[in-house]
Amino acid sequence: MSLTDVQVQAVGARETPGFAALFKIEMLLALRKRADIANPLLFFVTVLALLPLGVGPEPELLAKMAPGMIWVMALLATMLSQESLFRGDFEDGTLEQLALLPQPLYFAVLAKSLVHWIATGLPLALLSPLLALMLNLPTEGYLCLFVSLFLGTASLSLIGAIGAALTVALRRPGLLLALIVMPLYVPVLIFGTGAVQAAIDGYAYSAQLAILAALLAAAAALAPLAAAGAIRISLDN
Amino acid sequence: MAWQWFHRLGSPRWFYQKTSGWLPWLALASVILLVTGSVWGLGFAPEDAKQGNSYRIIFIHVPAAFLALAGYYIMAISGAIGLIWKMKLSFAVMRAAAPIGAVLTFISLFTGAVWGKPTWGTYWVWDARITSMLILLFLYIGVMALSHAVSREQVADKASALLALVGTVNIPIIYKSVDWWFTLHQPATIRLTESSSIDPSMFYPLLVMISGFYCTYAWTLLTHTRALILRREMKTQWVQQELAGEK
Repeated sequence: MSLTDVQVQAVGARETPGFAALFKIEMLLALRKRADIANPLLFFVTVLALLPLGVGPEPELLAKMAPGMIWVMALLATMLSQESLFRGDFEDGTLEQLALLPQPLYFAVLAKSLVHWIATGLPLALLSPLLALMLNLPTEGYLCLFVSLFLGTASLSLIGAIGAALTVALRRPGLLLALIVMPLYVPVLIFGTGAVQAAIDGYAYSAQLAILAALLAAAAALAPLAAAGAIRISLDN
Repeated sequence: MAWQWFHRLGSPRWFYQKTSGWLPWLALASVILLVTGSVWGLGFAPEDAKQGNSYRIIFIHVPAAFLALAGYYIMAISGAIGLIWKMKLSFAVMRAAAPIGAVLTFISLFTGAVWGKPTWGTYWVWDARITSMLILLFLYIGVMALSHAVSREQVADKASALLALVGTVNIPIIYKSVDWWFTLHQPATIRLTESSSIDPSMFYPLLVMISGFYCTYAWTLLTHTRALILRREMKTQWVQQELAGEK
């Protein structure tokens, strides 16, 4: 991976890459590894296709389970793709260079989380109406499902970055990452499914969406700080 | 000068030698309080008007739940002290607090389930408090799993301290969201206690049991921390002397 070339290309003559430059680098890297973008989506669709096979094809039953199942699967897809968030940069030493920058590591983590969300959470949210259709979700829930996933997966990307940073130096972090991050995902899951459920039942759901947005604001402010601290700890290993 | 004690805490040796004298007293206090509390609570406290004798599990359940929550904060705060002042001792306290807290959380969940069967007719309800205790158990297990997964002791200390701190920020949010989720779903309305206040004849033995649990917790935490310190400082001279002296 000729990251340095990309870096030079993107940064040009500037000495310290700012947030925009880091974002540009990460986007370029993400676009060059298209399979990494496709895999979480395929996982999301495949596992949801297993659901009717497991519980039976009754439309009423599927409609009842749809909001929760779509949310849980989105959560799993985000988390599984998070494992490699810092891995490549850790292995080739880029992470150390980023930690040495005069600019706070906060912005690097924020850029990475943002790109991770653009590459996984955003496509998942865009794909969700299709799955909602297949799972027979009442049409009242579509818009709310999309908006709640749009806001919620961004929080998930940010929170998951903490877990990814804590486990980056480990050889096989998979299950440990899940164990660490899952309890932290609980509030997002509750308000995400809560919003969709309220929308289906015909109630106002703006309160739930507002709380999801509040969680996102808090996560954007705090999670990269914790993740930056975790990266510095992991680099000592 | 006033901060001298704080700086001394940085020395595991000072801590080890200082606490040697405390342990027998703590153990004595725990035994006295636990025996008094159990005999009083199980034998002499009046029967509950609605639940009969089955309510008596409260004398284990409530103290365990109290300390499960307090234990998380003890773990997180000592982890934070370790991260800020780079104190070896507080990392040892943090590592020692994790399994103790996890066991207490499990005890409170288990006794809750046992209590739930005769009173609610079911072992498990997805009630706000039960669910958040379950998530607390997962948080404890996450901290323990992370500290065991990282091979270098110092890195493991810092990483699990950070995770414990992240959990601290999350606990109130998780509790509120689960509470909210519970009210949203509207299951069969089950309340832990019908009456808002507890009768003094039941409250005093409960108070004795809670203080007994606190003493036992302090004793267990100190013993566990001391064992960790001995293992970590194995190569130093004072540990060698300490161990030679005990023979």
